[in-house]
Amino acid sequence: MGKEKKICVIDFKLGNLFSVLQALKNTGLDAKISTEVQDILDADALVLPGVGAFRDAMKNLDNLNLIQPLMDSVQNGKPLLGICLGLQLLFKESEEFGLSKGLGLIQGRVTRFNSVNSEGNARKVPHIGWNQIHSPNNSSWSSSPLDKTQKDEFMYFVHSFYVDPAEEVVLSETVYDGQRFVSSILKENIFACQFHPEKSGTNGLNIYNRWAEMNKLK
Amino acid sequence: MLNVRIIPRLDIKGPNLVKGIHLEGLRVLGKPEVFAKYYYEQGADELFFQDTVASLYDRNSLHDIITKTAKEIFIPLTVGGGLRTLDDIRDVLRAGADKVAINTAAIKNPKFIKEAATKFGSSTIVIAIEAIKEDDGKYYAFTDNGREFSGEEVVQWAQKAEEYGAGELLITSVDKEGTGEGYDIELIHMISNAVNIPVIAHGGAKNPSNIVDAVINGNADAVAIASIFHYSILKEMQSATDDYKQEGNISFLSSGAIPKKIETSSISEVRTALLKSNIPTRF
Repeated sequence: MGKEKKICVIDFKLGNLFSVLQALKNTGLDAKISTEVQDILDADALVLPGVGAFRDAMKNLDNLNLIQPLMDSVQNGKPLLGICLGLQLLFKESEEFGLSKGLGLIQGRVTRFNSVNSEGNARKVPHIGWNQIHSPNNSSWSSSPLDKTQKDEFMYFVHSFYVDPAEEVVLSETVYDGQRFVSSILKENIFACQFHPEKSGTNGLNIYNRWAEMNKLK
Repeated sequence: MLNVRIIPRLDIKGPNLVKGIHLEGLRVLGKPEVFAKYYYEQGADELFFQDTVASLYDRNSLHDIITKTAKEIFIPLTVGGGLRTLDDIRDVLRAGADKVAINTAAIKNPKFIKEAATKFGSSTIVIAIEAIKEDDGKYYAFTDNGREFSGEEVVQWAQKAEEYGAGELLITSVDKEGTGEGYDIELIHMISNAVNIPVIAHGGAKNPSNIVDAVINGNADAVAIASIFHYSILKEMQSATDDYKQEGNISFLSSGAIPKKIETSSISEVRTALLKSNIPTRF
């Protein structure tokens, strides 16, 4: 029997990590929430969750001295699961409150939904609720944590901003009131999604499970 | 239009699930955890818990219920009732809630919405509006389970709540709540069209066609439903009510009485009704 793999959920003091932790435990993983550099370095895999504001999140990560260990770990191949704001933080910059600098692990930027849709009607922002994830050009989800997820499956979203990658990382797309946006990405050891798999019932839990299995965390 | 959300609403008193009429006269229906699990398995989009008493004593038991629920239920949970400070919100989020619903504290001090939205994010803050139509024909927001008149006209209040950073509005028609007379479409429509954040309709649903009505004619983005679902479960599993603690009015259970006007339905029956009316919903 191998040693049980350790998962570190990076806490930057915004939002509620209870459900992320419960979902990881439900998946059978040894996960803990931490703000400690050493826990990030010791972990076998990282989860970057997040609700809240982009700039506050970056500021808190910086104040906690977590940016460097996080970047080093990911660049050395440690698996990273990003969720919601945790997906957005991976990008180079966000348009929230002027322009805020992100981690820059993925090229591209984070943009706010326009509050007017293409027909000139008001679009409700944030995008809250269940929406479908589609595969662009019907490309395959095999070799990704979505490999057991049905095409066009419903997932739970809560967000006002979305990512606009400038490199080929798109795994799924979603359409909200006429606006097509990227709802999950895969880049080497980084998998991240705009939706909340821990709030998307058994289909969402299944994504946690496949992420863990693919990265040999269980 | 985004997929319409079906949100079972669980009113909690102490350790029990209760249901009243006009937010009063509460009857004990059973254990909230049992109902919550059942709704999760039936495919509810979210769950809404309302603490009907919201005293300090009861708060701990609500936290226990939320924590137990959040450990096995992986859909969004909203909790409302008696949340007055940022610490109250933090505690209930720590217990496992994803969103909080605020009424009284927001009306007394609208800046509280801004503080809460800044600290926890707008999408975490639901403003609950308990509306009653007064003799002058206007709707006013009430507090304390529809007991206290606030003087705030509902549309103005809804717009102010949005401006201060509310992420969603839960609109309860106190006049219709628990009656099975259908949603107050005029009320829901008036508010939906005045704001640019999602509106959850609550109060009065008798059957799936009322729910369709709230979406098509009321422009609701989501519906909160209690009686239709609770009594449907009670019909199916009387055993759910076996070993709850005695608190509140339990006498009606032995008679097996279900309010006559309520036509019980399952979540999937409501979904089918929505889809038949070309209303998008998760399927």
